[in-house]
Amino acid sequence: MTLLASAFVYLAGLVLAPGLPGIVNRVKAAMAGRKGVPTLQLYADLAKLLRKGAVYSRTTTWVFRFGPVAGLAAVLVALALVPAGGVAAPVSFSGDLILFAGLFAVMRMATMLAALDTGSSFEGMGASREAAFAVFAEPALLVALAAIVRVTDSLSLSGAAAAAGSGLWGHAAAPVSLACAALFVVLLAENARVPVDDPNTHLELTMIHEVMVLDHGGPDFALIQYASALKLWAGSALIVSLLPCRTGNPWIDPVIFLAGMAGAGVLVGLVESFLARLKMSRVPHMLVGAMALAILALVMGRTGRG
Amino acid sequence: MPLLLIALAILVSTGLAALAAGGRRAWAVRLGAGGAVAACLVGLVPAIRAVAGAPDEALDVAWSLPGGACSLGLDPLSGFFLAAILALGALAAVYGAEYLAPTPERPRVGAAWWWYNLLIASMAVVVCARNAVLFLIAWEIMTLASFFLVVWEDHREDARRAGWTYLVAAHIGTACLIGFFVGLGDTGGPLGLGAGHAPSLGAGWLFLLALLGFGVKAGFIPLHVWLPEAHPAAPSHVSAVMSGVMIKIGIYGLLRALTLLGPAPASWGWVLLAVGIVSGILGVLNALAQHDLKRLLAYHSVENIGIIAMGIGLGVIAQAAGCPAAAVLGYAGGLLHVANHATFKGLLFLDTGSVVHATGTRHLEDLGGLAKRMPRTAFTFLVGAVAISGLPPLNGFVSEFLILLAAFSLLTGGAGWTVVAAVAAIASLAMIGTLATACFTKAFGVVFLGEPRSDHARRGHDPAPAMQLPSMVLAALCVAGGLGAPWVVGWLAAPVGVLAAGAGLPVGAVLADTAGLLAVVAGAGAAFLALAGAAAYARRRLLTGRSVTGDATWGCGYAAPTARMQYTASSFAAPLVKYFNSVLGTRKAHGAVTGYFPRHGSFSTGAPDLFATRLLAPTFRGVSGLLGRLRGMQAGRVQLYVAYVAAMLVALLLWEGRR
Repeated sequence: MTLLASAFVYLAGLVLAPGLPGIVNRVKAAMAGRKGVPTLQLYADLAKLLRKGAVYSRTTTWVFRFGPVAGLAAVLVALALVPAGGVAAPVSFSGDLILFAGLFAVMRMATMLAALDTGSSFEGMGASREAAFAVFAEPALLVALAAIVRVTDSLSLSGAAAAAGSGLWGHAAAPVSLACAALFVVLLAENARVPVDDPNTHLELTMIHEVMVLDHGGPDFALIQYASALKLWAGSALIVSLLPCRTGNPWIDPVIFLAGMAGAGVLVGLVESFLARLKMSRVPHMLVGAMALAILALVMGRTGRG
Repeated sequence: MPLLLIALAILVSTGLAALAAGGRRAWAVRLGAGGAVAACLVGLVPAIRAVAGAPDEALDVAWSLPGGACSLGLDPLSGFFLAAILALGALAAVYGAEYLAPTPERPRVGAAWWWYNLLIASMAVVVCARNAVLFLIAWEIMTLASFFLVVWEDHREDARRAGWTYLVAAHIGTACLIGFFVGLGDTGGPLGLGAGHAPSLGAGWLFLLALLGFGVKAGFIPLHVWLPEAHPAAPSHVSAVMSGVMIKIGIYGLLRALTLLGPAPASWGWVLLAVGIVSGILGVLNALAQHDLKRLLAYHSVENIGIIAMGIGLGVIAQAAGCPAAAVLGYAGGLLHVANHATFKGLLFLDTGSVVHATGTRHLEDLGGLAKRMPRTAFTFLVGAVAISGLPPLNGFVSEFLILLAAFSLLTGGAGWTVVAAVAAIASLAMIGTLATACFTKAFGVVFLGEPRSDHARRGHDPAPAMQLPSMVLAALCVAGGLGAPWVVGWLAAPVGVLAAGAGLPVGAVLADTAGLLAVVAGAGAAFLALAGAAAYARRRLLTGRSVTGDATWGCGYAAPTARMQYTASSFAAPLVKYFNSVLGTRKAHGAVTGYFPRHGSFSTGAPDLFATRLLAPTFRGVSGLLGRLRGMQAGRVQLYVAYVAAMLVALLLWEGRR
């Protein structure tokens, strides 16, 4: 039964993930007073891209073609480690949070190498920035997870989510909320959102993620877009699963979880609407700030337990 | 043990025969490299048996040296390091047989094989020595053999300077080790000086001496300065052996010292952890700033030694804090990283050798586009790059997973300061991992991807099969170490058991649990590879029958792109180098650009080692200045020397009279 529920939630993620960027865009459009693209635009984009042929740069090698498939494969495995509210992940074990971080690092390296394979200085620049910001995002992510491990006494993401549903917020509300805030900042940075990157700009000075995939087209680009949506889904699902909104009812909890995911999309959209992108040299400051929040969460978690 | 002796005998005798063969390359290779391979294969049998937990073997032969005894022993810890030495030694010999060609300056390649075989033999004796004097003699032979290989191209000024730096650093380390063994006295157990030599130093001082003495060989910051000089100067297969296993002998010594010195207090763990964090982060940052591929790899050795030290440090802290599971995980992670680093660093140095062999340069900014010209080398280099970045599904991830798991379990089980140690380790490992990813993305991307940046790079071609084979084997080991992780971790039980012998840690139980976790990790790795394959297959099916064309890389409409417009290694590393400039001290130099249409411009960056230029160089200048004042005593007048002798005799007489 639990395995069935986990499998169902995993499949739901695969199907619904492209809707999440749609929600973000709708919120941004509404805030800016625009009509905006349809919520399901990404599905249409993916369908169109999958029907196209491909143009590959003659400079590139198999590394370029390996980037999109490796990125998608990594995020598909990572998604299997993420709980969905009260429902445990299909795969969970002590230390799965390390594998979770490791898989996103694989995705990042595959994308950066594919970018460098084109020999384009735009894409090299994007890869360089991606590499630089990851150096600050990754410690923040792992220390935030460490804070959660400290208050939940569980070394797996699903265990932490289970603890969040059973009274964790009663005795450790402050550290968990601080850790969630840190995770949210990392989510914004890792998913190329404002205030780190701007998903709307391909060739402005903001270029980080979008510029790395300039030379990908057709089915390759579809794989990349889909993998990005799944990555946003996986990161949001982790944060939503740490929130205390549970009933214990196996029918109602998934609905609450999906509502939470939509809420995460709205929150990202609001951030994008009300914040300007940071100067490049400021991004590490923000990520170090997230790490400071995570360390604060650790300190509070310690005193909270006496 | 008899097999080990046979291996040592083969190494020394074939080495001598190769020396006699001198300039006759075919014979030198047959004898030297062939002998090394045969000896390593013979020696691997007892080494692997010891790691598997076979009863300890020992050999004692009478030896008339004062304080010395020719006693060798093989326990799982020795066996673990011995297996790494011999396996990499054999592979590097196969590679070197093709790689090391006579040059006009160095026609007698037989000598190189003599030093190579002697290096392997002396390393094997060091890890098996059960007597302090024998240990020190083998240690010194190891240093000298590697020194002569570092200065193999001694017509080059940089090789001579590198050799000199290495020799001085190594002997400062040896001086500390002599102090360590003398201070240890008869308490050293198997490595002691025997009965009748009372220990003269406290355990804390002994630990400090061991840390300094073995730390020089291992390359802990700030004792690492010889490493980035010596590794690039040596022939590539020797660099692979030096970086892959010789610096690990320092780790072996440190681990052995920990077992001799009794239960380690938490403070030693803190020292190791701090040294590990500093070496790890500064090592990889310095690597990022390098333009020379072999120097870059050398700094990565410093980084990986740091990771190993972090694992051991966490183990000691956890053991002192009463968290047995975390202690076992820390030790196991540190030890496994020793083997893993030997695999992927050996691989990377060999592939770098192939690049240098084909292109004639190791300067990153002159390379590029080699993936098309040397596809096999590119593939194995990529495997090594992913492994050293600590990414799943390869072996580097497994050892870092164990160390991180040790830190995370300290968070749940520990209290107070152990939590601080755990968080420091987690944050540092995360940072080291991403910096290593950045650095190897840079290295692989700039060397193998894009377009060639110079005529050097256009000359690239895959090397002869004898040079490809060792890389392929090592790459396969990287994959096997990742996908076979649950099986690999079982082999750690006996070596970790030696470390945990005094403390009674539940090694077997913890490692069995961990093997269960690693089975899932390995499964996830296999799933990743399968899914990537499936996605690639699906894409191919989609694209069949559609238009798939080639074109130029999109350059925003710019019509005449050149290879020089690509992002370079320096530009890729620039943001990180800039953020961390306070600890890197990278220097920039550029010529003035004049006029509206400048015809000339120049820009260069250099990354001097801050520890070498700011710390060690002034120290040595100061010492040399002080000692220079003594020069007045050496006036060259016989009368003065007679006066010195007389004064000394009188002083001695007076001292004797006082007793």
